[in-house]
Amino acid sequence: MDKFTTLTGIAAPLPLVNIDTDMIIPKQYLKTIQRTGLGKGLFDEMRYDDQGNEIADFVLNQPAYRNAEILVAGDNFGCGSSREHAPWALLDFGIRCVISTSFADIFYNNCFKNGVLPVVLPQEAVDHLMEDARKGANARISVDLEAQTVSASDGTVFGFEIDPFKKHCLLNGLDDIGLTLEKVSAIDVFEAQAKTQYPWV
Amino acid sequence: MTAHQSSAPKTLYDKIWDAHLVDQQPDGTCLIYIDRHLVHEVTSPQAFEGLRMTGRTVRAPGRTIAVPDHNVPTTEGRDKHIDNEESRIQVDALDRNARDFGIHYYPVSDIRQGIVHIVGPEQGWTLPGMTVVCGDSHTATHGAFGALAHGIGTSEVEHVLATQTLIQKKSKNMRVEITGKLRPGVTAKDITLAVIGKIGTAGGTGHVIEYCGEAIRDLSMEGRMTVCNMAIEGGARAGLIAPDEKTFDYVMGRPHAPKGAAWEAALAWWKTLHSDEGAQWDKVITIRAEDIEPVVTWGTSPEDVLPITGAVPAPESFSGGKVGAAQRSLDYMGLKPGTKLTDIPIHAVFIGSCTNGRIEDLRAAAAVLKGRKLAPGVRGMVVPGSGLVRAQAEEEGLAQIFVDAGFEWRLAGCSMCLAMNPDQLAPGERCAATSNRNFEGRQGRGGRTHLMSPAMAAAAGVTGRLADVRELMAPA
Repeated sequence: MDKFTTLTGIAAPLPLVNIDTDMIIPKQYLKTIQRTGLGKGLFDEMRYDDQGNEIADFVLNQPAYRNAEILVAGDNFGCGSSREHAPWALLDFGIRCVISTSFADIFYNNCFKNGVLPVVLPQEAVDHLMEDARKGANARISVDLEAQTVSASDGTVFGFEIDPFKKHCLLNGLDDIGLTLEKVSAIDVFEAQAKTQYPWV
Repeated sequence: MTAHQSSAPKTLYDKIWDAHLVDQQPDGTCLIYIDRHLVHEVTSPQAFEGLRMTGRTVRAPGRTIAVPDHNVPTTEGRDKHIDNEESRIQVDALDRNARDFGIHYYPVSDIRQGIVHIVGPEQGWTLPGMTVVCGDSHTATHGAFGALAHGIGTSEVEHVLATQTLIQKKSKNMRVEITGKLRPGVTAKDITLAVIGKIGTAGGTGHVIEYCGEAIRDLSMEGRMTVCNMAIEGGARAGLIAPDEKTFDYVMGRPHAPKGAAWEAALAWWKTLHSDEGAQWDKVITIRAEDIEPVVTWGTSPEDVLPITGAVPAPESFSGGKVGAAQRSLDYMGLKPGTKLTDIPIHAVFIGSCTNGRIEDLRAAAAVLKGRKLAPGVRGMVVPGSGLVRAQAEEEGLAQIFVDAGFEWRLAGCSMCLAMNPDQLAPGERCAATSNRNFEGRQGRGGRTHLMSPAMAAAAGVTGRLADVRELMAPA
């Protein structure tokens, strides 16, 4: 997994609430057996018409946002299914950070496994950044994970909260499984104990 | 284990959590042991590939159960050949991974194959007090047994395969109590939709919901699974119901349930699995069962719930970001504010899914359909949740009722709940569905989904529009 430290880039505004994982990456893209190549399907039904042509209005089809690296979105982003294809698609498109007032739990968790930073900020801050994002390439937003800040183009700085362990793993690009396997003896002990206490399991 | 436990009153969630705690860091990051890992073809191939690439293996193959369900066709001949190449590749990959890593497997040729959340309980893999995970958000279903069950992403699937644990922080406790008795025509699906309508799709975010109260106790195990299944639609990763005699009766004798002395030992522990008097709740919601009517969804979020006696709402009746979302929903759904819900015509009926694909659901739909036919121009599909549900429905004569009413009688799978297989809606087609998500495009690009109970879906089928099942019920 790639590290996430700082990021300064174009932010795309997507002011919709309850953007679900079916919207982020619809079912037809779930048939892959790989993690890569899903960027083309990101927001498919909003991005392309029935013939597969780009819908010009959609934010990521507008010239200013084709290289967006940040997404500013409405409340409850990523609700719905557990598909990790959602962060895979964002990442493959080039988006490394999503800013919203809240995220669905499974999506939120999945982001951290893929080097994508979900940032939770209060409504006023998201509104401010949404306005900033509407300025397109004229307004770059900066994210600093170590400092836990997001800076708007006018210099306004918003601090955000993040779980220290998740932050540590993201800053260092750490592999969860490797970390857990360092505790394999604790797992062995647990299993042995469970075998006597709950033998039917 | 008991070593971690204090004497303070606990919730059911607290108890299961404590019993599975392997390690806890000072910042609250925990390692939780996983008793059952359910695997399907769509969210697992990258995880198995990850194991191969790193030279790791499956730590506890005996606790890992695989079944293809999401994109398998529900028509005959699928055990010989699947037309869609990508689907075939995924199912073949699951076959190979199950074989290579030695995990339990129910291929499409096995009568026990079905939707993973129906197969687990049916085979006795799901037991009270367990931790159960699957790369699927509707894993919450298994909470009906008093098991802590939730969906995980593919990276976590790989993590569980390799370590049989998950890195987690403890969620908050939320209690949803449904007091009193349900009125006729009101079902478990109406309860779960009514709860989501009340709390919203983010109302349970960060929480585990325990459902309790007389109306929950009165539900069958099938009904309880329906309620817990949609906890995720209320934002909660897991829903729980304390096990009781109904739970034990359901579990007893299942192929993988404990037997003999092991059963007695298990039962002794299971009987302690309830929230203690005085346990602390972070959030409490109470709904009177008498206030719940048969409901349907009108929009593109499961929180867009209304009693069938209602009318399509105006976007201005909402506040904040929901105003725009409601307008977008109405545009997508092709609906105008003020239209009576019972005036909305439908084109299709889908009965099935991990929410409502169990035998009791088929019985409820068949009770409405008996002696009736689908309205002209309406197509109907019944997809049993497993091969065993299908066989039982045939034995009980339900399949014949569906066929006589004009429904297609399919093989088991997820089917049109998420339309990964050939079962899809056409653009603009409107469907009365017993599934769990009415998201844009969920049942096919441009397809319009109204969620409801099996009895309500059957009523819509014979009426040709959204309908109040109570008007079709024989007087008591």
